[in-house]
Amino acid sequence: MKLKKLTKNAFTNFIDSLIRTQSVIGVRAKGDRFDFGPLDSAKDLRLDYDVTLQPPKKFFLPPSETLLTYQTGAGYKSEYDDMEFILVGVHPYDMIAINQIDKLFSQDNYDAHYMRRRNNATIIACDVVTPSKNVFASSMGTAVVRQGYDILVTDIGDVYVVEAATEKGEKLLSKAKGAVDVSKQDLDKRQRVWDQNSLQLNKHKLKCDPSYLPKLLDMENAYTHPVWEEKGELCFACGSCNQVCPTCYCFNVQDDVNWDLKTGRRDRFWDGCMLDGFTKVAGGHEFRKHKADRFKHRLYRKAKYVPAKIGGEMACVGCGRCVSACLTDIANPVNVYNRLIEDLGTNL
Amino acid sequence: MHECSGVEKDIYLPRLAIVEQACLLNENKIYLRLAMNGESLDYVPGQFVEVSLAGIGEAPITIASSPTFKDGFELVVRKVGNVTNAIHKLQAGDKLGIRGPFGKGVYPVEESKGRDVVFICGGVGLAPQRSFINYILDNRDDYGDVTILLGTTCRARRFFITELQSWSKRTDIQFLETVDQGDDCWNGNVGVVTTLIPKIETKLKSAVILVCGPPVMYKFVLMALQEYGLPHENIYLNLERRMKCGVGKCGHCQINNCYVCMDGPVFRYSDLAAMPEAI
Repeated sequence: MKLKKLTKNAFTNFIDSLIRTQSVIGVRAKGDRFDFGPLDSAKDLRLDYDVTLQPPKKFFLPPSETLLTYQTGAGYKSEYDDMEFILVGVHPYDMIAINQIDKLFSQDNYDAHYMRRRNNATIIACDVVTPSKNVFASSMGTAVVRQGYDILVTDIGDVYVVEAATEKGEKLLSKAKGAVDVSKQDLDKRQRVWDQNSLQLNKHKLKCDPSYLPKLLDMENAYTHPVWEEKGELCFACGSCNQVCPTCYCFNVQDDVNWDLKTGRRDRFWDGCMLDGFTKVAGGHEFRKHKADRFKHRLYRKAKYVPAKIGGEMACVGCGRCVSACLTDIANPVNVYNRLIEDLGTNL
Repeated sequence: MHECSGVEKDIYLPRLAIVEQACLLNENKIYLRLAMNGESLDYVPGQFVEVSLAGIGEAPITIASSPTFKDGFELVVRKVGNVTNAIHKLQAGDKLGIRGPFGKGVYPVEESKGRDVVFICGGVGLAPQRSFINYILDNRDDYGDVTILLGTTCRARRFFITELQSWSKRTDIQFLETVDQGDDCWNGNVGVVTTLIPKIETKLKSAVILVCGPPVMYKFVLMALQEYGLPHENIYLNLERRMKCGVGKCGHCQINNCYVCMDGPVFRYSDLAAMPEAI
């Protein structure tokens, strides 16, 4: 692990030097919002952003990708993307989401398509400078991240503290001109940023420790609580929440044929458990036809089912994107969990 | 960072299999016997494979043969969607893709040894159950009383007729059949499969009970079995869900906290109390 300090100018020059020789994807302004995209120049990089429209999951699990190509009668061939790239500006809650999906896609059955893209990436994370309108990472314990990234950049006012956490990160950082050693005061300032973010990224305050949520959802009356019907009634099943969520990764698989009728491919696409037909089987039966059941499934998945697969960590990272994206304002998980806490009179 | 040597197996890549034999069992079911270039599939009763037809797609089909069957492996496919419609056009010599075998929730082959076993089958649900039925018949002495109940919608939809006839003739198993709708050519029981349950009341007590059929059937079978106060640990249900990946990633087959492709497809009824979405 290496800790260095860079002036903002030096950091900009560093990013520009990377852009000259490698593919660099970073946060840029998009109107008065922000999104990840290829950087042509470091001056477009906006590390002061509040939240991106979409999380960076699309660089590891693209909205659509080809898994296999085939030749009829001759079998299938795996297709991989081997492009290396640098991803700059990942916020802690998004980094934690990436860490979670890394675990889920490598454990049990190793998904080489995801993992190759993941291993081809060098991630430069950055601490939050501007809290977004709906962020509640503080409630979910995701305002600060300490692992998974190659480099972490913290804005301590006039300079950046830059931490290289992996061999890949150290190698990259060694190319930065003007990197100097940090002082204890610099690290204290960094700690203050973390302490501040741990409190302030909390526009929707969860009324319990997130580790309590699986127990809350386990309660008999939680599963049958009227809140699910209330939300389901208003839901359009548009899938916006699935699309913008950093921890949603369900996908559909579909074959396609080329014009020669001899070759073709098998692709995978983003799918969403909120969408109609997600559980439809041949023959027509649907196992989750009712919207309230789909809404309930999603929130149970985030706070109970997936945590059980990743050592108890909450699969909702409090980014607030679903809260902003939801057309009918029902997606806010904190509202639902808090309502259950209030009504079930639980001891916290 | 996660180790990646660049030569990991692709879990989405099918292996090629050849159709050694294809024959239509009735208007909507086809029987396939498949071989995989000298490799054996290495499966246990209850597991399924993902069957690929290039350009059309992939469908999960439970293996209908017992691993004791040594001439490849067998599938019964009901014609009900894009992929299965295409499967119905297959002939001997055609190739298709196979992934698997998948599923850790399988028939209790070891746990049932020495015990009575009751199979309750609905329609095409007979096919997955046959994997364990034939395993038992090939290891008959290892198991106690064997009872098979089969309900089909009508006589025309029955399949494996020669095998059913041989089961009727055997003295070491009890085989009862019914159809939902009778016709002039049917002399047997008429009624849904649950109407056969009271006829084998004495066989239920400490038996391992295995149920497989269309989604709507499970509720009614469980209600009928309820009358006899049987322990829920003795009852196993072979469930289906929509599947896309078969390897626990795509999310479609999830029932509460379990993936049918990984934790199933066979589930113990006592475990389903924690899975309200299951039945």
